[in-house]
Amino acid sequence: MEKFLTVDADKCTGCRLCEQVCSVMHEGVSNPAKSRIQVVKWEQEGVYIPVICKQCEDAPCMNVCPVRAISRDPDFGFLKVDQEVCIGCRSCVGICPFGAMGYNPTTRQVFKCDLCGGDPQCVRFCEVNAVEFVPVDRVSAQKKRRGAARQSAAERQATALG
Amino acid sequence: MALDRKIAYINLSTREVEIKPIPLEMRKKFIGGRGMDAYLLYNHAPEGCDPLGPENPLIVSGGLLTATCASATARTHVMAKSPLTGLLGSCNMGGFFAPELAWAGFHHLVITGKADKPVYLWIHNGDIEIRDAEYLWGKNSTDTQWAIRNELDDQEVKSMVIGQAGENLVTYACVMTGIKNAGGRTGMGCVMGSKNLKAVAVRGTMDVKIAHPKDALEHNKKFIDQITSAKVNQIQGALGTPFIWGATNCWGGVRTRNFQYNQMEYADEIEPEAIDDIATETMGPHHMTGCFGCQVHCRAQYKIQSGLYAGKYDEGPEYTSLGAFGAEPDCKSAETVLTGNHLVNQYGVDNLEIGSMIAWAMELYELGILTQKETEGIDLRFGNDEALLQMVHNICTRTGWLGNVLADGGIPAAEKIGKNSFDYLIQVKGMNNLHSDERATPGLALNIATASRGSDHLRSRPAIDLYHLPEPVLRKIYGSPVPYDGPLSSEHTEYIGKPWQVFWQENVYMAVDCLGICKYHTVFLGATLPNFEDWPEVIYYNTGLEFTPKEIWDAAERCNNLERLFNLREGLTRNDPKKGDTLNHRYFDEPCRRGAPDVIGKKIDRDKFNVMIDEFYDHHGWDKEGVPTSETLQRLGLENEPTRLL
Repeated sequence: MEKFLTVDADKCTGCRLCEQVCSVMHEGVSNPAKSRIQVVKWEQEGVYIPVICKQCEDAPCMNVCPVRAISRDPDFGFLKVDQEVCIGCRSCVGICPFGAMGYNPTTRQVFKCDLCGGDPQCVRFCEVNAVEFVPVDRVSAQKKRRGAARQSAAERQATALG
Repeated sequence: MALDRKIAYINLSTREVEIKPIPLEMRKKFIGGRGMDAYLLYNHAPEGCDPLGPENPLIVSGGLLTATCASATARTHVMAKSPLTGLLGSCNMGGFFAPELAWAGFHHLVITGKADKPVYLWIHNGDIEIRDAEYLWGKNSTDTQWAIRNELDDQEVKSMVIGQAGENLVTYACVMTGIKNAGGRTGMGCVMGSKNLKAVAVRGTMDVKIAHPKDALEHNKKFIDQITSAKVNQIQGALGTPFIWGATNCWGGVRTRNFQYNQMEYADEIEPEAIDDIATETMGPHHMTGCFGCQVHCRAQYKIQSGLYAGKYDEGPEYTSLGAFGAEPDCKSAETVLTGNHLVNQYGVDNLEIGSMIAWAMELYELGILTQKETEGIDLRFGNDEALLQMVHNICTRTGWLGNVLADGGIPAAEKIGKNSFDYLIQVKGMNNLHSDERATPGLALNIATASRGSDHLRSRPAIDLYHLPEPVLRKIYGSPVPYDGPLSSEHTEYIGKPWQVFWQENVYMAVDCLGICKYHTVFLGATLPNFEDWPEVIYYNTGLEFTPKEIWDAAERCNNLERLFNLREGLTRNDPKKGDTLNHRYFDEPCRRGAPDVIGKKIDRDKFNVMIDEFYDHHGWDKEGVPTSETLQRLGLENEPTRLL
């Protein structure tokens, strides 16, 4: 089963180590502005949400690219930017519904998550497992179990009140 | 090239800005962060300058490794002459400010002068702008930060700000960043206020180059594994610093009712597990947060459950807030602790200092030295939660006679209150102590007596002394990178060997403060955590600079001596009760009344304490008065300071 990056924002501590290691891995520099993953924060409420490319099936970035610089990796299923082809028009940056496309002002080209070729560093470094790289069926099984537990607890409480 | 971050000199009077590179030879000598700040302070602060005058330089910095691919290097360091002590002012905070400063192009800022009206600095990708802050004046620390973000229309801006306490020149006002990151000690927020500087706002998207990126990444993983495998950090990541509360209190190491007791009676009510329950209920099961790039995530998040401030969000409380709003005023309500913690974060004031000041005033009130006349009707007895929180407001806003007097800091307040009030002030060099009691632990007592910024546990505390580690383990830790074959004792109530341990810890803490690393990532609370031997690799992979463990030690010693030279120049003498390396008389005269069998009845032996000071000076190469000898200065290459190379 194909793995994908899944985010559990409840677990995120907001430390942004993922941004640091991502930029070092891909660019050889430390610069969160060039990280493929970014943590969006509402600090005054203690809410931190890592945002990353979902590797969409019907991908707006791939669809909108006028020079077909974005294609799917046949082995791992992620969408990749061919830097030889990218003309830096940023159409993909504008259309991505998740804000997951980045623009590198140094190279004047776009960049995106490539799952580090199968060993995502954000996952490797996140000790609290707020970002995980898992098969999709496992995620839905986990979510089912958690949702069912919540529902059952709510029903028990409702019965008790009734 | 890695390490291309610059230093900026900003004069708020003339609005001139000068930007310079930092030469690598200065890095080899003073590394960065606190060490380089000490160099800058010694070189730029005129002798005897008024801490609140325009000539006092406010120095803001990140460490050598800040924003590189090294874990937990988010510390911001701030230095100036202290308005609280008249000696070295120095504070250190976590959060996200220092890395952002580095991405914006700078490692050090030297801010002098005084703006004619409130301003803030806007530092963005190499540019520095002085902007109007009149609309921010009067705002608390978080409102100020969000207002700046809205004005600049960028939610990623990180600001170091002052709250109302800094504006009102409370001498122990903090600098703040984020919700609760506080550069708390020695009143650096007061210095900002004196310059009409409300905030330093930064945003950077510039690359921080890494010398050997692949190695740095792999090494970082190893480093993180070493750090997160320590039990102390695992529990810290679940409960935060209060994890140490229950054990310390049971054993008898929590300063209570100013200095009357060494154990709090109602500690269970505010113990971390109780606060953890509250936080879990209000924030959910995963309610810990962390500083940039740190996997320890030691800070709790909570919402106040009840009372006037019900529903307010904040972070913490740290151990110090449990002391400040629990043990010291002898209040036993978690709601009071969480509310007090929220108020100090919003006002931007040192929780440790304000808690000590109020507890001191409470003891004076119970002794009759302060009366209802001075308190203007406030019933300032111990255990009065309402009075405690009212005094926090009064001090931060300088309301009423007593609020105004206490806002000036311990020694000036003692002079105004008069009688024998000074005898009850638990201070060293004019700064109050942490809410811990060191009468049973001579090593820890030596630490607070000699710490360069006044009574403080984060300059040289051999905290692992409390673990009764076997002597071979102690020898392994304390025997490198400089050989030591003198005495060492596993017994924390002993006096022998402690001066070396304090000296060694002083150098470790200086080194991490230079590198920008958090103290939970070195030998502070965990004996297995990194120290000198572990740093050369991380420095080399990230910056390309080559250091041996001994060279890091030497640089740390050099920087500690610079701080010493500054303090001596500004009036430190060995036995001065107000500016010296000594303790309040109660440490020597009043035995501990509570605690474990090895604590109860203990007090510090004055003669043995003096011998410890002698030995401590001797390890440094200082004379009997605590002055570095000319050989020592030469050995460290400090004989020509001040050299004004930066």
